[in-house]
Amino acid sequence: MSSSIETLVNREYKFGFVTDIEADTIPPGLGEDTVRAIALKKREPEWLVDWRLKAYRRWVTMREPHWGNVRYDPIDYESQVYYSAPKTAKPIGSLDEVDPKLREAYDKLGIPLKEQQVLAGVAVDAVFDSVSVGTSYREQLGKLGIIFCSLGEAVREHPDLVRKYLGSVVPYSDNFYASLNSAVFSDGSFVYVPPGVHCPMELSTYFRINAANTGQFERTLIIADEGAYVSYLEGCTAPKRDTHQLHAAVVEIIALANATVKYSTVQNWYSGDEEGRGGIFNFVTKRGKCAGANSKISWTQVETGSAITWKYPSVILQGDNSVGEFYSVAVVNHHQQADTGTKMLHLGRNTRSTIVSKGISAGQGNNSYRGRVYVGPKAAGARNYTQCDSMLIGNRCGAHTFPYIEVANDTAQVEHEASTSKIGEDQIFYLQQRGISKENAVSMIVAGFCKDVFKELPMEFALEAQQLLGITLEGSVG
Amino acid sequence: MRPVIGGRLLVVGYWWLVVEQYQLGRDNVLDIRNLQARVAGNDILKGITLTVNAGEVHAVMGPNGSGKSTLAQVLAGNPVYEVTGGTVTFDGRDLLALQPEERAQAGVFMAFQYPVEIPGVSNAYFLRSAYNELRKARGQDEVDPLEFLDIMEKNLTLVDMDPAMLNRSVNAGFSGGEKKRNEILQMAVLRPRLAILDETDSGLDIDALRVVADGVNTLRRPDNAAIVVTHYQRLLNHIVPDFVHVLSAGRIVKSGGKELALELEEKGYDWLEAPAEALA
Repeated sequence: MSSSIETLVNREYKFGFVTDIEADTIPPGLGEDTVRAIALKKREPEWLVDWRLKAYRRWVTMREPHWGNVRYDPIDYESQVYYSAPKTAKPIGSLDEVDPKLREAYDKLGIPLKEQQVLAGVAVDAVFDSVSVGTSYREQLGKLGIIFCSLGEAVREHPDLVRKYLGSVVPYSDNFYASLNSAVFSDGSFVYVPPGVHCPMELSTYFRINAANTGQFERTLIIADEGAYVSYLEGCTAPKRDTHQLHAAVVEIIALANATVKYSTVQNWYSGDEEGRGGIFNFVTKRGKCAGANSKISWTQVETGSAITWKYPSVILQGDNSVGEFYSVAVVNHHQQADTGTKMLHLGRNTRSTIVSKGISAGQGNNSYRGRVYVGPKAAGARNYTQCDSMLIGNRCGAHTFPYIEVANDTAQVEHEASTSKIGEDQIFYLQQRGISKENAVSMIVAGFCKDVFKELPMEFALEAQQLLGITLEGSVG
Repeated sequence: MRPVIGGRLLVVGYWWLVVEQYQLGRDNVLDIRNLQARVAGNDILKGITLTVNAGEVHAVMGPNGSGKSTLAQVLAGNPVYEVTGGTVTFDGRDLLALQPEERAQAGVFMAFQYPVEIPGVSNAYFLRSAYNELRKARGQDEVDPLEFLDIMEKNLTLVDMDPAMLNRSVNAGFSGGEKKRNEILQMAVLRPRLAILDETDSGLDIDALRVVADGVNTLRRPDNAAIVVTHYQRLLNHIVPDFVHVLSAGRIVKSGGKELALELEEKGYDWLEAPAEALA
């Protein structure tokens, strides 16, 4: 059995190449001058510089959190580089001006930046190290009043929107990594969908860490105005390096009344080698706020990479009848560690949330689900359903579940179901006896296990998830 | 020079095959010689010899613990069992050298006593994958979902199964009878050269038993063969065997025609076990 599982989970990391490109990098280290230097590079307005500095001053008083079920050596924040940009990626008018080397890098990743090549119906923003290198389909979206650009650009061109919503869901004082991000965030994507507009295509950002010893601190802000709809995809890769690299991103989503936002991630940061050397530390704060009545925010994530994953995409259910969803597949292998889950905070009446978490542990990987369901005193009729399943492959891995449930309203209904299973020899033999190879049998069983999550993914990402897990999903999902 | 030698070897090989075929006299499907196997350190099969030709149905009977299910599992290649001696030849190939999926692709099918549940994988997808694996192994093109639906329709009526079952996860939440019918459905779709039914009758009511037996009888052809492993004679009222073998303590202690099953029904297994001990 071990051989098939090894092929499945030990496949070479395809995205481990390094692009040799001249970079505009500030020296390592972190202080107020670093924060100012970043702001200066980006020619930011005073209010934003002040906001960054407040975050930085708060951050120096904070302590790195250690409540996660993950272990790692102390991070030296002084040795990190907090800003690195490909030199040629100065302001660009159109995608045709993107440096050919960068374009080549994205082609290798399978993310064509040329507009005519872009997957039908997917608009792409690409973030390379610290800056956004190009956003496709901008004009077409502009006709509908949809803004899809880098956050840096939004700060210059739509300062009122950014100022109103930045930090409104994840304040600069939120937690250690969110504060660090608020101080030094470099770029990220910005989306605004005006009232009543149904965004006709998937919006997508592709994050790439290239430079060595560089942290990536992108920040994404998505606003769906009243009655708007948008589906957003995020993908990430990084070169193979034998030192750890820090990734501390923040994603904020605001859904106003009757708006729907669907956010899907396929996270494939480099996970380190078989001995646990190198790999990305993925410490991410993602949160959405269902600010208006009948709004909906849905998170779907497939987490296969990173040495350590620490993230809890959450929803604040403030508007009455609002809906929060979290669908997650987290896979750990070798020495990977994941502590991931969600928080559903029911504040409004008749708010509903669904949590479906599938954890797969192989090798010596350690997978923890951590979830908090909170029902406030005013959240009459709130309902939550949580299903949390773990699958173990081999006998040196771990699966843990840490559910926290707090209910302050006695009309609420909260359900929690959990299961742990081992991939069965009997299941594998049964499929083999029908002519299916051992490797495909394992893939099929794992795909079946993840089905409830995969069916939430947009088509393009379902394909990527399939490649990532080495799974033939055709027909078994959906 | 080389090609000439190769050519000669081929000719010799061909003649050997012809002679072998002639000696056996019939279209031989399975030839088991002195098969021994163990599980978890216990010897279960202690020397089984059995020949199955095309067009034949062999019933393997015996009390609990006699090794009849082990025989089925070993033929299918369950890695839990360790073969400690003997040979098994299937259509001229060394069966024991093949992986379980290669045996399936070569035409060996086992209907499981306890069909396994695969949550989240639809029955239709599973069946089509299996069907296509077998086609690929024979150098045939894979069929797409629509073509496969046509193939399924005919087979569903054979086992009296609701098409909705195809969209459910493999065996998940199926009743005992549904699971067994699903096994026969798979057998009907995969059309094996050799079908092994491992106590398919256990836990079935009489109606389900009849459906299963009808399925097996419909699939009987002059060019395939079946081994029906059962504890009770009642299945053999519906699937009439050409030969009956009685296993006791890992050996075949008696072989005969279909009337042997009736004799067993009447006398039980006890009268056969004593000579088995004497032989040992």
